[in-house]
Amino acid sequence: MLGYFIRRLLAAIPVMLVVALSVFLLLRLSPGDPATIIAGEMADAEQVNNIRTALGLNEPLHTQFFIWIGNLLQGDFGTSLISQTSVMSMISQRLEPTISLALAAITLTVIVAVPLGVIAAWKQGKWIDNLVMSTSVVGFSVPVFVIGYILIQVFAIELKWLPVQGYRSIDEGIGEFISRLILPAMTLSSVYIALIARMTRASMLEVLGEDYIRTARAKGLGQRIVLFRHALRNAAVPILTVVGAGFALMVSGVVVTETVFNIPGLGRLIVDAVLSRDYPVIQALILLTAGLYVVINLLIDLSYAITDPRIRY
Amino acid sequence: MSTENPVLKVDSLVVETDSKDPKQILKGISFEIQPGETLCLVGESGSGKSVSSLTTMGLLPQGALRAAGGRILLDGEDLLQASPKRISELRGSRMAMIFQEPMTALNPVLTVGRQLDEVLACHTSEPANKRRERVLDALEQVHLPDIERMYDSYPHQLSGGQRQRIMIAMALLLKPKLLIADEPTTALDVTTQHQILKLIRELQEKHGTAVLFITHDMGVVADIAHRVCVMHFGVIVEQGEVKQILSNPQKQYTRDLLSAVPSLTPREARALRGPRLVLDVAELVKEYAPPRSLLSWFKKPKAGTKAVNNISFKLYEGRTLGIVGESGSGKSTLARCVMRLIDPTDGVIRVDGQQISGLTAVGLKPHRHRIQMIFQDPYRSLNPRRTVGDSLIEGPMNYGAQREAALGRAAELLQLVGLPADAIDRFPHQFSGGQRQRIAIARALAMEPDVIVADEAVSALDVSVQAQVLALLDDIQERLGIAVLFITHDLRVAAQICDDVLVMQRGKVVEYGPASDVLGNPSAEYTRQLIEVAPGRSWDFANFSPAS
Repeated sequence: MLGYFIRRLLAAIPVMLVVALSVFLLLRLSPGDPATIIAGEMADAEQVNNIRTALGLNEPLHTQFFIWIGNLLQGDFGTSLISQTSVMSMISQRLEPTISLALAAITLTVIVAVPLGVIAAWKQGKWIDNLVMSTSVVGFSVPVFVIGYILIQVFAIELKWLPVQGYRSIDEGIGEFISRLILPAMTLSSVYIALIARMTRASMLEVLGEDYIRTARAKGLGQRIVLFRHALRNAAVPILTVVGAGFALMVSGVVVTETVFNIPGLGRLIVDAVLSRDYPVIQALILLTAGLYVVINLLIDLSYAITDPRIRY
Repeated sequence: MSTENPVLKVDSLVVETDSKDPKQILKGISFEIQPGETLCLVGESGSGKSVSSLTTMGLLPQGALRAAGGRILLDGEDLLQASPKRISELRGSRMAMIFQEPMTALNPVLTVGRQLDEVLACHTSEPANKRRERVLDALEQVHLPDIERMYDSYPHQLSGGQRQRIMIAMALLLKPKLLIADEPTTALDVTTQHQILKLIRELQEKHGTAVLFITHDMGVVADIAHRVCVMHFGVIVEQGEVKQILSNPQKQYTRDLLSAVPSLTPREARALRGPRLVLDVAELVKEYAPPRSLLSWFKKPKAGTKAVNNISFKLYEGRTLGIVGESGSGKSTLARCVMRLIDPTDGVIRVDGQQISGLTAVGLKPHRHRIQMIFQDPYRSLNPRRTVGDSLIEGPMNYGAQREAALGRAAELLQLVGLPADAIDRFPHQFSGGQRQRIAIARALAMEPDVIVADEAVSALDVSVQAQVLALLDDIQERLGIAVLFITHDLRVAAQICDDVLVMQRGKVVEYGPASDVLGNPSAEYTRQLIEVAPGRSWDFANFSPAS
């Protein structure tokens, strides 16, 4: 298992290099020039060119690439072309809100979706199954911002139970932190609840037809034990896959939810950086996301081995 | 028949499909079992024998089948009237069940010990250490080795026979009065089957358990039953003492069923049809590499597993060579190597003089059609989304045949294998297992091969259907002169169809020669053992008398 873990981490190095190279090239090849944006609309060609030289954008591509990679290896993600602050500090400021939101949303998703899926599979074809399945279609198809605004209208404006928007760090008090996270987490998780409830149901239905479920019933075990001890663990692998992928998606940017609830997270940083062609910030964010996917995929694979003893690395 | 208190009394039981237009699956069957007695329910697929057992256990698939009438009395208590809670209490404690597939009947993600412990935790209020003791004792009773390690093992770490022992230990943990065994040895090798049957009998005598034993195998019936119920289409055709049913069956259906059981006495080899050597295999080896570890380049490489170890044989036109062996003997690997579905590590394969063992995929293509395969499971070997016609013409069209011509030939072939002409436009699911295997044979024949490799081609079929398919193969061979490489674990089938037999064990040849020698007068100890443990060896079914 440890050997597998190390091998997978080593295998991540070429992946990250390829990602770094393609991000770098893609940005240089796409239209738009940060120097023009910084110089403003009134600048003439010479001013723009001066800015380009100052930013190092007039160097040959490979020189730019190696300078960037060299700095990266020393832990230096560079400086934002626009705000002139360190990319590292920009990202670390934004990381906490996004991670908090993603963790809250994925926890809520698992707590709600898995039992719903199990119950729907158990009562297949009955009214409760139909209810879960049709609600999940709604969860899929209503846009996230609509759900967000409806939740704000009901819980923040009408009932006044929760604040409308904004983010408070956990350092500023746990109560404030949680109360401002509830609505965004509910909004963000709606799609994932729908998705994972359906996944759980499908996976459970397959497992419930297996011989060992019949064996468990033949032993005289109760319904709850059969469903949760015998069936759910066997149905877990596809569910874990989607939960992991969902978490990675959430962390790598949930622009709409962050915008609706005015949360200063990574999603909005990405959008701002792309709009202003802030190369160092975009590159760092994409590398960070790629690294995150590598780690989460590894964790998912390791979790398979924990749920299923037949999987050994 | 004694009429003391039967453990199980089934009285005019009717089970039907749970739909608007119900169809009767069990049409009012009645039987009873006394303590310590083994009653065999025997019949072909679709006879309703498994439905009878599932109804007793209350395990009918919900929404598909339901009990519509009659009574099932366990120790006098009517199970059809009992509440679901009461049924749960009875399951595992007063009645228990073992199933056909030991490979899938245990939960793969829980340890064996945990799964046994559950039964006690659910039905008793004993403390954990007492339960552990009882579980270990039960594992001991089914003669498992190294029981402490067994307790902490997961099912996939155990062999099929060991898993079935675990199932038996689980079923008998609370000393139920009734044990239902649904084809418990069908998926096992003959040797393992023999041991499991012995174990069931031993434990039954020890505890006085009543056993309802469901099987399709008359050999097993002859070995284990006290009394027999013969079932056919949801009706008990005939029931009585085992001797009486086997030696003096009253009903035609029973007679047919018994006559279809292939004899263990090998038939005479046919005369050589011609001198053409169509398949020549020499010193074939298939070695699987050992698993690679992280530090593999530092360590000495481990030896691989030789699934096929130095096998040689010759097959002439029109002949049938049987490859016989238990699971894991390498017979299927051998078949796949010969087909070049997997690449042999070493050795030579010649089809009609042309060496195919070293050829690349492209070089192999002109020769592929000479050797065709029929697979074991006709339910999975045909693509469910293609019509029979499409399946039949795909091969010939790959070799350049025109669609119209290929369809015409396909129609002829369907006629040859005894299927109606309109079969060509239908889909595989519209056919029975036996019919599907006929389609598979037609598909193989469509390529006009010299050799057909049949891998357990009749193992999934009922005996009567099996007899028909074997007769069909024989007939086709007679007419077309095709050679057959017949892979089987069933000595009875091998005795009836093969001219020559090659016995394999752990990848090696144990014995190779004419069937009459190998099966009639074996020289190897292993072959003798295999014949020794074949179920029902003491009975000559076709002649309704003890074997001479």
